[in-house]
Amino acid sequence: MTHVLDPDALSDRAATPAPQVPPFDDVTRSDAAFRAFLHGLPGVDQVGAEARVAVLGTRSIKTTAKAWAIDTAISMVDLTTLEGSDTPGKVRSLAAKARRPDPGDPTCPQVAAVCVYGDLAGIAREALGNSGIHVAAVATAFPSGRAAREIKLADVKDAVANGADEIDMVIDRGAFLAGRYLDVHDEIVAVKEASGPAHLKVILETGELVTLDNVRRASWLAMLAGGDFIKTSTGKIQPAATLPVCLVMLEAVRDFRNATGRQVGVKPAGGIKTTKDAMKHLVLVNETAGPDWLSPDWFRFGASSLLNDLLLQRQKLRTGHYSGPDYVTVD
Amino acid sequence: MSSPFQYAPAPESRSIVDIAPSYGLFIDGEFVDGTGEAFKTVNPATEEVLTEVSAGSEADVDRAVAAARRAFTRVWGPMRPADRGKYLFRIARLLQERSREFAVLESLDNGKPIRESRDVDIPLAAAHFFYHAGWADKLDHAGLGPNPRPLGVAGQVIPWNFPLLMLAWKIAPALATGNTVVLKPAETTPLTALLFAEICQQADLPPGVVNIVTGAGETGKAVVEHPDVDKVAFTGSTEVGKAIARAVAGTRKSLTLELGGKAANIVFDDAPIDQAVEGIVQGIFFNQGHVCCAGSRLLVQENVHDEVIASLQRRISTLRVGDPLDKNTDLGAINSAEQLARIRELSDIGDAEGAQRWQPDCVLPDRGFWFPPTVFTEVSPAHRIARDEVFGPVLSVLTFRTPDEAVAKANNTTYGLSAGIWTEKGSRILKIADQLRAGVVWANTFNKFDPTSPFGGYKQSGYGREGGRHGLTGNLKGATSS
Repeated sequence: MTHVLDPDALSDRAATPAPQVPPFDDVTRSDAAFRAFLHGLPGVDQVGAEARVAVLGTRSIKTTAKAWAIDTAISMVDLTTLEGSDTPGKVRSLAAKARRPDPGDPTCPQVAAVCVYGDLAGIAREALGNSGIHVAAVATAFPSGRAAREIKLADVKDAVANGADEIDMVIDRGAFLAGRYLDVHDEIVAVKEASGPAHLKVILETGELVTLDNVRRASWLAMLAGGDFIKTSTGKIQPAATLPVCLVMLEAVRDFRNATGRQVGVKPAGGIKTTKDAMKHLVLVNETAGPDWLSPDWFRFGASSLLNDLLLQRQKLRTGHYSGPDYVTVD
Repeated sequence: MSSPFQYAPAPESRSIVDIAPSYGLFIDGEFVDGTGEAFKTVNPATEEVLTEVSAGSEADVDRAVAAARRAFTRVWGPMRPADRGKYLFRIARLLQERSREFAVLESLDNGKPIRESRDVDIPLAAAHFFYHAGWADKLDHAGLGPNPRPLGVAGQVIPWNFPLLMLAWKIAPALATGNTVVLKPAETTPLTALLFAEICQQADLPPGVVNIVTGAGETGKAVVEHPDVDKVAFTGSTEVGKAIARAVAGTRKSLTLELGGKAANIVFDDAPIDQAVEGIVQGIFFNQGHVCCAGSRLLVQENVHDEVIASLQRRISTLRVGDPLDKNTDLGAINSAEQLARIRELSDIGDAEGAQRWQPDCVLPDRGFWFPPTVFTEVSPAHRIARDEVFGPVLSVLTFRTPDEAVAKANNTTYGLSAGIWTEKGSRILKIADQLRAGVVWANTFNKFDPTSPFGGYKQSGYGREGGRHGLTGNLKGATSS
């Protein structure tokens, strides 16, 4: 790594103490040190990353492998509704679907979580009861993240108080793109603290970070700050989840665990609509981060329409023929 | 590390190909019986005999050359160049239309994974015909002199590693420039060339323009030494290439040779490591390492050696070795027992010389010819596995400290076909590429081929170029590429 003169090394940072992540304890000691660390991560060659996902995209997943992958994918879905028009009724209907995705088939697994805005987390919690399905709430002035830190933290605390046990926060992309990495980091640390026992997913909004180098840096930043999951997108910005981005994030969690011993999950969100997309992601997980990530504890799909396509393909495998949109439920 | 996600077998159906019980030679537009002794071709993944193929004798080669000469003098030579282009376009389209058939047949006869024959060999073969079809009527404007003329009859001998693709590399430019062809495919992989003969019939190519004479070394020798051949083109081992050069010396024949290699793949400490690891894997395990330009020497900067090797070993452990027809196979079968023996011999020498062999846990099939992906670390430039071409899935890892040392080690070989550079620093790419004595230098990628790009070697990797504008010159009289 480049050696830089570090003028801020001795200035003290108040607020929340940063987590100690050996062997990276000292990289967040100053802006300059953190920048040097993040910029010292190996670069990502975009052409090479695209070529790799293209090859993995040709994997042919058939019969028993397909059946396993469809059920696993269903169990990894964070069934999501994030609209201004969301109502308690809509959330209850989504929760019912989360518990029993295919009413005609009791062997169909439940999804992992229902993902809503924080004010509706209580409704979701109540509707999901003791099903074991998590309640994920987006917070921190989702989706833009443009608010004062106190407001973001209040947003998080409100969602947790309403019953969310997973918080999907957005990073401050403005600060990230301006190079104020430590601000972004410290904010995640503060949100993590405000989340209490809730699992923290850190949304990088890779569609706004644009380069894969940025995706790698943001992934490491979020992991060093204590994020339990790194998540691609809000779903409100195009492009949302893409395979090359997911590849780089999976490499990041793999390398992070090798270096620190701590495992971090990955959640692509937005734009994953078909079973084929989901299969490609699972292949990517299997052959990049490895089988340890092939569970809802470590990999999620943020999606809404994906679930119905998975159900249709599941019915097709079972019955041998395709049904149609009337054989799965509207949300 | 066993994954709950086990890919179920996904075999490509072989019902699309129809292999006849025996094949003759393709001479003057027709399949005829050869007068030599027939030989068998096997599926290297199972050792199953696929079919029996005629071996062309000297007399057969003589008939083929006579047919090619007749076609050159009467039909193909005088033909309007635009019409020659039409035939080539037609062949290219037919290759695309029947691509699945070619891909399955190639994997059966050669042992390469269907993913590669389907996604690389066959599409590239078609691309070579498309590309050269476009040149057919533009040669006057190719910057190759005022009036480039064909040489006449081309005698072409090709290897077994990319049977159809090497055929395309040879036949497409020869035909586009107005020559006619007698081609001898490799002894162990004649089948796609014979299927290509059917394409020639289907395309109504005038008889004698393309002649395919199967056989072993003796047949090849007859093609090369035939007095009425004007141009000899050979791709294969350096040893045979030297013999051909000797045979052609003192004759009027023009000669291009594309021979062996021992390419250096140079990874600097500022490389995009994950993509570099992919490139190393692609460089040495593509086509089981049966690639003349394979990146068989990894030169890695010493300060990132451990990190790169750890990543590489983890990645190699995910390679799927097995049935070439399974769509998820990454590494197929070694092409022949003979080649397998050579790979084993050189690997054993690597052990004996003190290099450290590493191979992943992988179960190899019981029948057929197989060798696991292999990495030798602690290799010194003095070791034979750092100098001799293994032509198999065996990587030798060497280290360097400075760019100058990297260049010196990369160039320290009797070959000079290809090289790779991995760094995020553009200026370094340009500087190092300039200093490498290799015909092809890839930067932040490896084993990428394109018909527009000239390919060929320095030193004992041969001479002449194939592909691109440069590749046309070897097929034309008095053409000079500038």
